[in-house]
Amino acid sequence: MSTYLGMPSRRVQEPSSPIQGVRDFPAAARQALGDSVLRRNLGHATSVIRGKRAAVVGEVPDWEALRDSAEAIKTETMARLPELLEQLEANVTAAGGTVHWARDADEANRIVTELVRATGETEVVKVKSMATQEIGLNEHLEDEGITAYETDLAELIVQLAEDQPSHILVPAIHLSRTEIREVFATRMPGVDPLLTSEPRALAMAARTYLRELFLRAKVGVSGANFAVAETGTLTVVESEGNGRMCLTLPETLITVMGIEKVLPRWRDLEVFLQLLPRSSTGERMNPYTTFWTGTTGHTEGTTGPDGPKEFHLVLLDNGRTDVLADEVGRAALHCIRCSACLNVCPVYERTGGHSYGSVYPGPIGAILSPQLTGLTGDSVNDSLPYASSLCGACYDVCPVKIDIPSILVDLRARHVEAQQSRTGLRVPSPEAVAMAAAAYVMRDEKRFAAATRSMRWGRPFMKDGHLRGPLSSVMTGWSSSRDVPTLPDQTFREWWAERESGGHGG
Amino acid sequence: MRIALFVTCLADSLFPEAARATVTVLERLGHEVVFPTAQTCCGQMHTNTGYQGHALGLVEHHVTTFERALDEGAEAVVAPSGSCVGSVRHQHAMVARRAGDEALAQRAERVAEQTFELSELLVDRLGVTDVGASFPHRVTYHPTCHSLRMLRVGDKPLQLLREVRGIDLVELPAADECCGFGGTFAMKNADTSTAMLSDKVTHVRETRAAVLTAGDASCLMHMGGGLRHQRTGVRTMHLAEILASTDGAGAVS
Ligand code: SF4
Repeated sequence: MSTYLGMPSRRVQEPSSPIQGVRDFPAAARQALGDSVLRRNLGHATSVIRGKRAAVVGEVPDWEALRDSAEAIKTETMARLPELLEQLEANVTAAGGTVHWARDADEANRIVTELVRATGETEVVKVKSMATQEIGLNEHLEDEGITAYETDLAELIVQLAEDQPSHILVPAIHLSRTEIREVFATRMPGVDPLLTSEPRALAMAARTYLRELFLRAKVGVSGANFAVAETGTLTVVESEGNGRMCLTLPETLITVMGIEKVLPRWRDLEVFLQLLPRSSTGERMNPYTTFWTGTTGHTEGTTGPDGPKEFHLVLLDNGRTDVLADEVGRAALHCIRCSACLNVCPVYERTGGHSYGSVYPGPIGAILSPQLTGLTGDSVNDSLPYASSLCGACYDVCPVKIDIPSILVDLRARHVEAQQSRTGLRVPSPEAVAMAAAAYVMRDEKRFAAATRSMRWGRPFMKDGHLRGPLSSVMTGWSSSRDVPTLPDQTFREWWAERESGGHGG
Repeated sequence: MRIALFVTCLADSLFPEAARATVTVLERLGHEVVFPTAQTCCGQMHTNTGYQGHALGLVEHHVTTFERALDEGAEAVVAPSGSCVGSVRHQHAMVARRAGDEALAQRAERVAEQTFELSELLVDRLGVTDVGASFPHRVTYHPTCHSLRMLRVGDKPLQLLREVRGIDLVELPAADECCGFGGTFAMKNADTSTAMLSDKVTHVRETRAAVLTAGDASCLMHMGGGLRHQRTGVRTMHLAEILASTDGAGAVS
């Protein structure tokens, strides 16, 4: 149980990388499930967003057609990715920007650090971005003596609290208002100590704090929701307007973007700008959508410069090419980070984002994180594809129609294959032995019939509806909260055989 | 119509009453039920746990068994389980293709096309909603995830239940939320599964129903285990059992 004394940080683990934790999912989840404050915060927040989403999605008569279009555009994009990225590079360059290619997190961090250094600045303001979280940019910059200020309200809360984000869209979803007030009151420079936990008071405190940063900062760092190959235009979609401040006020803008965010055509935005806000915040349209094309905003304005003088685009791979190579898994790259799948996921709702050990939590995290880090057969991320009951709620809401359950099933197979090739001829896991034995029995009806008959001989192992003896250790997790079924006197096939031979009336 | 029963390994061994009830309902409607005794298991557990190599043999066995039943004159295959039909329809060809066996994939697709979950068979193929059942008790229905989202059975089970004489059908709050079973998920992630189950049990209790029903013996086993563990007194019954029931109906049989 957490108390409100001191910092309300629920950091459960020191991540070994921003996309891989140190404990497997069942272990991390067990701790989170015991936190009743977390359960209440999450249960409430997710159900509110779920309701809002359902209402605004229900208004759109061609929602399914939009999803189909989005899926088709993303599939086309993945098939033409190299070509589209080159087109994007050419158009960004022509519009006065500079494009950098980063193979992995280290390379991306190095590029951004050098770019900031070249400006002579030691602080940057940041737009909420998953790509920069994925590479751990803030921590890296800090090590290099550069301070990165998060300006998205929820991201700011998490940063001040020195906590980890637990949701793609609402990184502080695991914290209550009371806890947020605590963070501001103790960690925000210059804050009124009499601050209340009233939402408006909290927002105003953040506003005062951020305004000064916006006016001071010379360098902005962002991610991007989409990039249009045919025009070289980038987009950030947001609700607060703080992103717009970072994208327009600083002299230098550095954008870190995963290579999968590119879209072929300007017109494609028509589809995604309808799908994204309704799926993520449950709004018909988000309040702020910023587009920029290189440095043209700076040079073309008739009423003076509007937008950065210098623009750098860092295109990040960090495992994406490997994901793209897998025919089934590559659909995970279609994700537009709306977080609808998190909000409907019964596992996420109960275990929270930190249990996934990655900046990508929930259903999308369960298919993306292990693919980005690679399934090895024994890594922590190998446990993520199993963190699902395969209920399919995620697939139903996904605006780009990623068949998450099928990908989970495929990743499970890849995990087992990796495990088998790792152990080679050495001793297989107890689970692998049990699965092999079950398959052997079930492949043949005589063996199967004999096995089901003999289950009744297992009755002495049961007492008062609970398992006793050797079977119980295998089943403990399950049977500690559920009574096991009682065994019938006759299997169906025995009944059928008896009926066929005229044994009873039927 | 001659209908081949795909009993599912779970109903065969642990819940034969659901399978017997399926036979009762179909025969009462004048159909002939055959039981291909070679059948064992559809391989869903292996597929969903990552052991597709082992699942392949089970898929082959299933396809061969029911292909023969169809060749011998069965016009449809029925199972009292949304989950197992989901596996046949959405996974069998996939498992075969992943193993590079295109011929098996195509044979699997043929069997899958003729395989139906009970409520689908009754409402869509046979065009009935009133199966002549009577069950004068307070009942709530949980739509299992695979029948709801994999098979899209929609309100077919409810259409059938509404026609049952004497039934007091009450809506389950947050009905479409998963009960937390998920096959080996319930063991591998037992704590999370339990948290989901306890919310489901709470909602079932809110309905004050005497009976919880669903189209899947597996989910019923899970929810029933939770209901009994908490000594709620709520019984679980498979949808087929309610449809087969002639409780308090006197001459109806
Ligand atoms: S997987 Fe789909 S639902 Fe989930 S965040 Fe990505 S786009 Fe949204």
